This record gives sequence, structure tokens and C-alpha cells, in this order.
Amino acid sequence: MENPSFILTRRKFLKLTGGGLVVAFVLKDLLSFADETLPSGPAAIPTGEVGAWIHIGEDGLISVYTGKVEFGQNIRTSLSQIVAEELKAPLSSIKMVMGDTDLVPYDAGTFGSRTTPQMGTQLRKAAATARQALIEMAAKSWNTTTACLSVENGMVVHCETHQTIGYGALTKGQQILRTISDNVPVIPAKDWKVAGKTAPKVDGRSFITGKHAYVSDMKVPDMLYGKVLRAPSYNAKLVAVDLAKAKGMSGVTVVRDEDFIGVVAPDVVTAGKALQLIDAQWQEEKDQPATADIFDYLVKNTTREEGAGDKNGDVEAGLAGADFRHSQTYHVNYIAHVPLETRAALAGWSDGKLTVWTGTQRPFGVQEELARVFKLNKEKIRVIVPDTGSGYGGKHSGEAAIEAARLAKAAGKPVKIVWTREEEFTWAYFRPAGVIEVAAGVKKDGTITSWKFTNYNSGSPGMDTQYKTVNKQVTHIPSKTPLRQGSYRALAATGNVFARESHMTDLARGIKMDSLAFRLKNLEDDRFKAVLQAAARAFGWDKPKAPGHGYGIAGAFEKGGHIATCAEVLVNEDKEVKILRITQAFECGAIVNPHHLENQIMGAIIQGLGGALFEKIDFAAGKILNASLAAYRVPRFGDVPKIEVVLIDRKDLPSAGAGEAGIVGVAPAVRNAILDASGTGIATLPMIPNGTLR
Amino acid sequence: MVLSVNGIKHEVSADPDVALLTVLRNDLDLTGSKYGCGVGACGACTVLINGNPTRSCITRIDSLAGKEITTIEGLEKNGRLHPVQEAFLTIDAFQCSYCAPGMVLSAAALLNTNPSPSEDAIAKAMNGNVCRCGTYPYIVKAIKLASKSSK
Repeated sequence: MENPSFILTRRKFLKLTGGGLVVAFVLKDLLSFADETLPSGPAAIPTGEVGAWIHIGEDGLISVYTGKVEFGQNIRTSLSQIVAEELKAPLSSIKMVMGDTDLVPYDAGTFGSRTTPQMGTQLRKAAATARQALIEMAAKSWNTTTACLSVENGMVVHCETHQTIGYGALTKGQQILRTISDNVPVIPAKDWKVAGKTAPKVDGRSFITGKHAYVSDMKVPDMLYGKVLRAPSYNAKLVAVDLAKAKGMSGVTVVRDEDFIGVVAPDVVTAGKALQLIDAQWQEEKDQPATADIFDYLVKNTTREEGAGDKNGDVEAGLAGADFRHSQTYHVNYIAHVPLETRAALAGWSDGKLTVWTGTQRPFGVQEELARVFKLNKEKIRVIVPDTGSGYGGKHSGEAAIEAARLAKAAGKPVKIVWTREEEFTWAYFRPAGVIEVAAGVKKDGTITSWKFTNYNSGSPGMDTQYKTVNKQVTHIPSKTPLRQGSYRALAATGNVFARESHMTDLARGIKMDSLAFRLKNLEDDRFKAVLQAAARAFGWDKPKAPGHGYGIAGAFEKGGHIATCAEVLVNEDKEVKILRITQAFECGAIVNPHHLENQIMGAIIQGLGGALFEKIDFAAGKILNASLAAYRVPRFGDVPKIEVVLIDRKDLPSAGAGEAGIVGVAPAVRNAILDASGTGIATLPMIPNGTLR
Repeated sequence: MVLSVNGIKHEVSADPDVALLTVLRNDLDLTGSKYGCGVGACGACTVLINGNPTRSCITRIDSLAGKEITTIEGLEKNGRLHPVQEAFLTIDAFQCSYCAPGMVLSAAALLNTNPSPSEDAIAKAMNGNVCRCGTYPYIVKAIKLASKSSK
């Protein structure tokens, strides 16, 4: 049975494509997104959604329509490979149409490592259905049965006559729409020829020649440049403002809507000057939490007495029966995503319809934000997301889109806004700070008797222990946050795994057991065990180390990705810490593109080093004190140790996502290595902002 | 004033204190040079001035009279990629690629002065260029490949 939204999309679709073969994937299972912390609340997924569709045109071109967006994960490549595989078509015949709300079906957003397991699966099934449909069409055309027909290189082939017909020729003059849901036979990973192999980044040349137009690079006829007046600190109230000088500038439009004030000018320099000519007086709120007291603040300002969590057995009794007991409070600072392309949007109005190009991970979410702000039907708003200069969970929201649309509406012309780095640091959102209390007990033989884990504010993802424990209590207690916080690659799992894996090593040391052996003893998950063993083997966990050197290990599984990390550090006599090498094993089922997976894991390790070692947002009195790349330190070439990535390809398991899990092992592995080398067990992220233990 | 960019002279009407990056992107439509930080700390805006890698976001245009500016758009010669670009493609180094133009130009300048740099020399020369996706090891690999292929 067809549902109303699908009828609408079909009409839209046939209007778009004219003819050919269309296969649409209809979502049957609605998947929960409840564990995502979105800045504007969790996105609702309407029932009976079309998830994705594939169109095979008369020219043989295979167009894939998906709401996912390309932010550097290289999914434009991996999803193309998946479709090419099922359709046995050349990669070059696949065109991905992504993140355009007028063209693609609804999608909640590109986050949570869900593109490969969910969109990949949908597209695989849609492509497999298309393959079957093409075979049936050829059989009809040749007046034969499908038994002897197969596909290769974009054609249907007859096994006896060796007759061939291209997909384009088959769909010529047709207007066929098929829907599928489940149980279409797909090609098993062990038989993959295109998927499972390294394929180069789609459009790679346009990026290394500077030709690709990110939103910040775009220009349309009559376009103007916008700037927005910002408050000097959070919660500041506008008391008085004099707009006369700015308004007096030639070609400048000044827009005021209560506390929103923006300027529009024919060029970006004039827009900047106009902004500076605005004389605004603000009443600032000086009494706001600062970095120095944030952890105390989070514990004292909880918003719920009892948080969500999990409880088994009796942690107090378990603790009483332990041979070694250990309590520690871990701290995680706010950090910033620092996507190299700042927020940008280009908005234009035409006949009551709004079109916005913007780099967001949630094109349909931003469409909803715009619909609310401008009180428009969503059909009147088109959000288009060109391949964007990264996000890491930091671009779920539509601030720049709303600002550009407001200014464009007032100016009557298209307006582009590109946030400055200072704006991105100050007015976007952060990975939450958190306080994590862990109390645990263990018997001499390595049996964990009690595990109590309490997370204040930073979040529940990755919070539950993955080790055997009869008595456990795991709780997340939300707090008031002085800084705006939201999603960040792996969410709270980075902090939670840091606390858990630090504590596991401390417990092992307390009973003088090897920390790898202690983990393996308490694990039931075979995939987790396998990555730990693979990382330890490649690293040389059993090999002796030089004086001053230390080894550390950590692991976890998150969002289908199983990860284990080993680190070697050197702590010298001056207590300076040098990270010498990192070995990370990763397994996420059947690998779709080995090189791009390795690159993703490598990138996660290096990004993870930033938050582990030195990244930290410094704030006081409602101001970000290091809102610049000269002050906020991110990992650079010189910070990269020797890194080895060990990929385990499980062709017998479904492909899971890989964008996030790779980041969670770095901090605890390095921390445990520092502990091994120096005896100092660091409990705060970042661990060594100035590079030393002093 | 007149700016010589990629071998072409442009009459520019911007104020003398305006940053080269602003003029390149907004007046000359050369958007391959990227804005990343505005303080010369990330390298996304890197261009070559008389062959030297320079942060165009903190370079005033009045300092550029008579100097030759090369942007990423000027690196391709007669439809042929620069060896550094070829190497980056071969290694398939990048993720979001926003840093790529700056990386390519910094690497090209490095290989001009040091045709076969060690890994340490590469890390030192490239330390002002940020890749937030963390693809540094592949960038190093690509530069080493380019250094070999340019021999």
C-alpha cells in the first residue's frame, strides 16, 4: 500500500526524471535516534518514509538519490561502490545526488555512523531490485525466461546467445516505478568485485585543483554579502544601538529584528565596515561560570535528581567483597569541532520560495528550522548541501542559513554569509564537558565484583561497561551547561571510554595483572577480544621497553565499530611526555573501501590526540577566551606519532559505520601508557596541555 | 593597484590594507584559496608570492606591487596537473579536502627548495597547514611520492 508522502514523492520524482526505471526503498523499520544529542532536539521521523531511490535513465546513467551529505567521510565514493556492485555497472556511470531537499527523500541527517549500515543497506537492496527488474525487462524484450540472463558492465547478458543490451536501451521510453522493502537477495561480501576494494575519491581532481565550490565559495547573480552583529558575551542584552552611520553607507542595507542586527553590502569589505560602524551598547552578565569552576558547577547544577542508566545486583555488596577497591573522578573539558570550513550559507528568495545552500549535516532539519522561523510550509524551502568542508558532528544546526535567509529577505537579493573563525568558536556549539565518577572493586583473580559509573552532563553514549560485572550501576545525570553543547564525533563515548578504560587499567595494576589479560578475562564479546589481540600483536605488547617508556592499551565497541588501541610513550626526567607510536586495530564488518576506511581511522586517531592531549575551550564571564586558531591548539604535522592501523575485514558480517568509533581509544591508551612510564594516572582531558606532567 | 596573479595582471580597486585573500576570493573569483582562520594560523589560504608560501589572509595587497602571486588555480599548466597534485591524487590523501589547495601549494614550495625532504623536514615545513580531518600521514606520503617523481 502506498502512503501519502510516497505518492507525493513519486509525482515529484517522475517530474524530475521524465522516464526510465525508478526503484525506491521504503523504510519499514523506523530506527531510533534517541541517543543523539541534537542542539534542537531529536528529529522526528515520519512513518512510512521513502529512504532512498535509484533512477536508471535512457542514457544508462544511474542516479542515486539520498539525503546523506558528503563532509569528507568519502561516502559519495563508498555508496557509489555499493550501487555499482549490485548493478554490475561501471563506477563512472553512477551519479550520487545528495542532500538536496527538493530532490532527495527525507533523511534525519548524516551522523551516528549510520550511512554505511543504513543507507548502504537501503541502496544495496534498491540496486539489487533494479538489477532484477532490468533482467526481467530484458527477458520480456527477448521473449525468454530470466533463468539464463545475468548482468555485467552495465548490460544484461544472455548466457547462450551472448546477446547483450545496455541498461539505457532497456529503460528507453519506459516509466517504471518499483518499490522494495526487505529480503531482496544481495551479493554477499565475499563475492564483491567493486565494493570491498579501494576506489579513489569521487571528484578527487576538483578538490585538489581548488575547483570544487564549497558553499563559502559560491556566487550567484546579484549576490550580496552579509554580516551579523554579535553580542560581546553570552546572555548580553542589547540596551541601545545607533544604526545611522551604517545605514548611511552607499549600497548598505541594515536589518534589525529585535536583537538580531545584520548588514548587507555589495562586497564583503563594505559589509565588514558597515558592521563596525554600528554603535551598540550591551548589558553584559558578568557572573557566569568559568573554566576554572566548571566541574564543580556541573555536579552542583544537575537538572534531574535521578538520571537515566542501568542497574544490576548490589554495587555496595560487590565492593565489600572485593580484594582491591578503586575510586576516581574523571574530568572532560569542552572542546570545539573546528571544521576548517566555517559555517556558511547562501540564501535567496524567489516568488515566495526560499533556496538556501549551506553546509549542514541535517538538510531536512535545517529546512524545518527555516520553516519555523519564516512560518513557511517546508515545500517552500529548498536546502542544498554541496560537499562541505567537514563537520565532525558540529554542523547539525542552521544558524548561518537562518541569518542569510533573513538578510536576503530584507535586501530582496541573494545574500551569502561566511562565519569568521571567531564566530564559529563562539556561536556554534561544543562537545560537552563532563564529570565522571567511577568506583569499582576486583578480586585477586581478576573478577570484577562491583562497577559504579556516574556521568554528569557529558552524556550516556558509551557509558555502559562492556566487561562482565554482576553488580553494576551506570547513571547519566544531565546538568545545566553554561556553554551551548551538542553532538561531536562519537558523542560522550570518548569521555566515557576514557574513564572506563583508565579505570580498567588501574584495577589491573591494583591486583598486579597484565592489563590486556585482565580485559580478555572479563570480556564475552569475541569481536572486542579479536581487536584487542590484533592490536597487541601488531604493537608488540609483550616486547620489553626501554627505561622511561610505557605501554598502554584500551578498547571499546561503538556503533558497530570494534576498536583497540595501543600506545607507547616516553616520559623523560623533566616529565616531558612524547607520544612515540600508536597501533589501532579496527573491525566494522565487511570493509567497503579499505583505503578510505584506513584514512577515516587514521583521521580519528589524530583528531582524538587533540582532545586527549591539549584541546580545551577556555571561557569566563560569558566569553570564549581562546576563540582563534592562534590560541586554540589543534593537532598538526609535528604532533603525529608513528601510527599503524590494522583493519580486520569480516566479510561474514554486515558493514557498520566507521566515522566515530576510531576516536575513542586514543585518550585512554595514551593515558595508560603515561601511567606505565611514570606512575602518574591522569584523570582529566586534555591530559598534558603544556606537554609535561608538571 | 595592479596585482599579478597566475601570470595575469589585474587592476584592483580594493583599499591598500585589504587582505590578499579577500581580493582573490571576492574580486577575482579565485576561490581555490580558502578562509580558515583569518590569523595566518591554519594555512588554508596559502598562496605563493615569488615562489614563497604565504598566508594570503594576513597579507595586505599594498605589499604586493611587482610581485608574482600563484594560487592553486595557476598550478595546472596546459591542463596538466602539477606533480604534487598528481601525487595527492595517487595517494588519495584527503577527506573533506578544504585544506587541500593550501597543502598543495605549501608542498610545491617545499619541493622547490628541497627536492627530497625527509619526513621530519616535511613535518616542519608543513606545520603551519592544518588538516582537521587528520590526514597528515597521507599528505606526507604524497609529498614523498612527488619528490621521487619530480627527480
